[in-house]
Amino acid sequence: MIGTGILKGMAVTARNFVGSYFEKDRLITVQYPEERIPLAENYRNFPFLPYDGDDPHAGLRCVACKICEKECPPQCIYIIKSEDKKPDYMGKPQFYPAVFDIDISVCMSCQICVEVCPFEAIKMDKVFELSRRERFDALLQRKSELSKSNTYYHSICPTEAAEVDAKLAGAAAVAAAKKKAAAAAASAPSGAGASAAVSVPGSTSASGAAPPAPAPPSDSV
Amino acid sequence: MSATIQTLDPVAEQSTRLPPQMTSRLDGELLEVSMGPQHPSTHGVFRMNVALEGEIVRKLKPVFGYLHRNHEKIGENTSYLGSMPYTDRLDYFCSMTNNWAYALSVEKLAGIEVPERAEYLRVILAELTRLQNHASLLGFLLSDMGAWGTPLMYAFREREKILDLFESLSGSRMMCDYMRFGGCRVDAGSDWMERAKKIVDFFPRFLDEFENLIVENEILIARTQEVGKLSAELAINAGITGPMLRACGVNYDIRKVDGYGFYPRFKFRVPLGEHGDTYDRLMMRVLEMRESVGILKQAFEQIPAGPVMNPKVKLRAFRPPAGEAYGRIEGPKGELGFYLISDGGPNPYRYRVRPPSFINLTVLEDLCLGHTVADVMVILGSVDIVMGEVDR
Repeated sequence: MIGTGILKGMAVTARNFVGSYFEKDRLITVQYPEERIPLAENYRNFPFLPYDGDDPHAGLRCVACKICEKECPPQCIYIIKSEDKKPDYMGKPQFYPAVFDIDISVCMSCQICVEVCPFEAIKMDKVFELSRRERFDALLQRKSELSKSNTYYHSICPTEAAEVDAKLAGAAAVAAAKKKAAAAAASAPSGAGASAAVSVPGSTSASGAAPPAPAPPSDSV
Repeated sequence: MSATIQTLDPVAEQSTRLPPQMTSRLDGELLEVSMGPQHPSTHGVFRMNVALEGEIVRKLKPVFGYLHRNHEKIGENTSYLGSMPYTDRLDYFCSMTNNWAYALSVEKLAGIEVPERAEYLRVILAELTRLQNHASLLGFLLSDMGAWGTPLMYAFREREKILDLFESLSGSRMMCDYMRFGGCRVDAGSDWMERAKKIVDFFPRFLDEFENLIVENEILIARTQEVGKLSAELAINAGITGPMLRACGVNYDIRKVDGYGFYPRFKFRVPLGEHGDTYDRLMMRVLEMRESVGILKQAFEQIPAGPVMNPKVKLRAFRPPAGEAYGRIEGPKGELGFYLISDGGPNPYRYRVRPPSFINLTVLEDLCLGHTVADVMVILGSVDIVMGEVDR
């Protein structure tokens, strides 16, 4: 009979309409500004720069190596390396970004900067209500806006932040142990101390810093 | 209405059908209408220049390129890793399958092994993508037909559940950027698996309801059956792939033909159509969703524990050996392939996408000739295009 198909379809809409009063999964609309769904932990939006401690300058993990700037597919990161150095979390003197800008009107939230960063210095933020009245300046985030504390990072991604902290603490402990061993080795033959002291500040690379210190004593022995 | 369409022979009747004074624009006898690029039913910025005789389509010229973003040239100028997020933006409904196709071709190029768990995760995500793509296609198609709102909302309700899964796994609903050559970016936890299982178990209820809603509907049958018929010969000659080809009765599914990933480990059937009309194309999607649910259930049972990323792969400064590779998968819309030529440098020397929706769109004129303007919308909807992929 003609019309039965339409009636069948209408039975479905009726079931959905009535069901929406009783079944949770038939009425899934969330009244957004008033109601909010908690964001997933993996949710990502735009990058930010976490810093340890309270001081955004002293605690900034970024060492201005510019890997993220180079790898960023839409090229939205702009970094100028500093002239001077500041100690990083391991106490090693490192450069820091004098300028670190991210143009979030260009950023496509792909997370590649986070993946390539060897210093855990850039992470993805979860702030999404970022509408602005201007197109250019307001969407260009400067270092001051990008720097956010590690506590904030813990509040948005607790599991990941804990993993990162453990990793950094491990690296710092290894570096401290190495330093101690190097200091012990350097203090034993006292004549080589002067040459070792010169080589430490001059070496800038992360991996090359530890080996040169014990090298002169081993030569002299 | 349908009777006149079926008896209409475009060539023979063109000169005799209408008195000349009724159609006196542009071409003498035909009225030229530009549909799109802002037309709500053209699925994005797609334009069709249609020559009409009365209401009957006599000529149709697709015009595209409004969403051209130079994808292939960008791919040749960024690193292999940097192209991955751009592939999300090809067919923005199915970023997971786009990622897979690109990862597959880079893996072929460099000879990278993928861990077992990652392969299973890829199958799971690709089939979830197929579910949400086909569900939203059905919604859009019915919306084009005039079933305004309701079916689309039902389809989007299910799609949103799957997108929530994608979001909690990869961080983004649509621009997932999840797969990497050599595996997947993050592992799915057990709670994610439980949620996914629940959604997949629940999906057949949606399919049953949706079938009740549309399959026997007389209006839908009148609008789709015998509309936009595509013959198997033309489909094969034009390089049509995916559900559109299988609706013509050609048994060609790259999951079976190539057996990429772990698809040979799964039991599933390839649904085939008979007539190649819009109704078959529509039903093909419903049937494929049922098979996808079956694959997903098997994958949830079989998935092993283990790493999801090959530890030997260096994502940064990745330089595959010189050579060429073509990796293809059965995307929800058809054969999606990436052809890469490497000269050993950090960027591909040549980067080419074989987009299924673009190639499926080439037969649009053949499908639409002799039908009314209203049918053009339905036929276009059944081709399943996404302009991000057509224009690239």
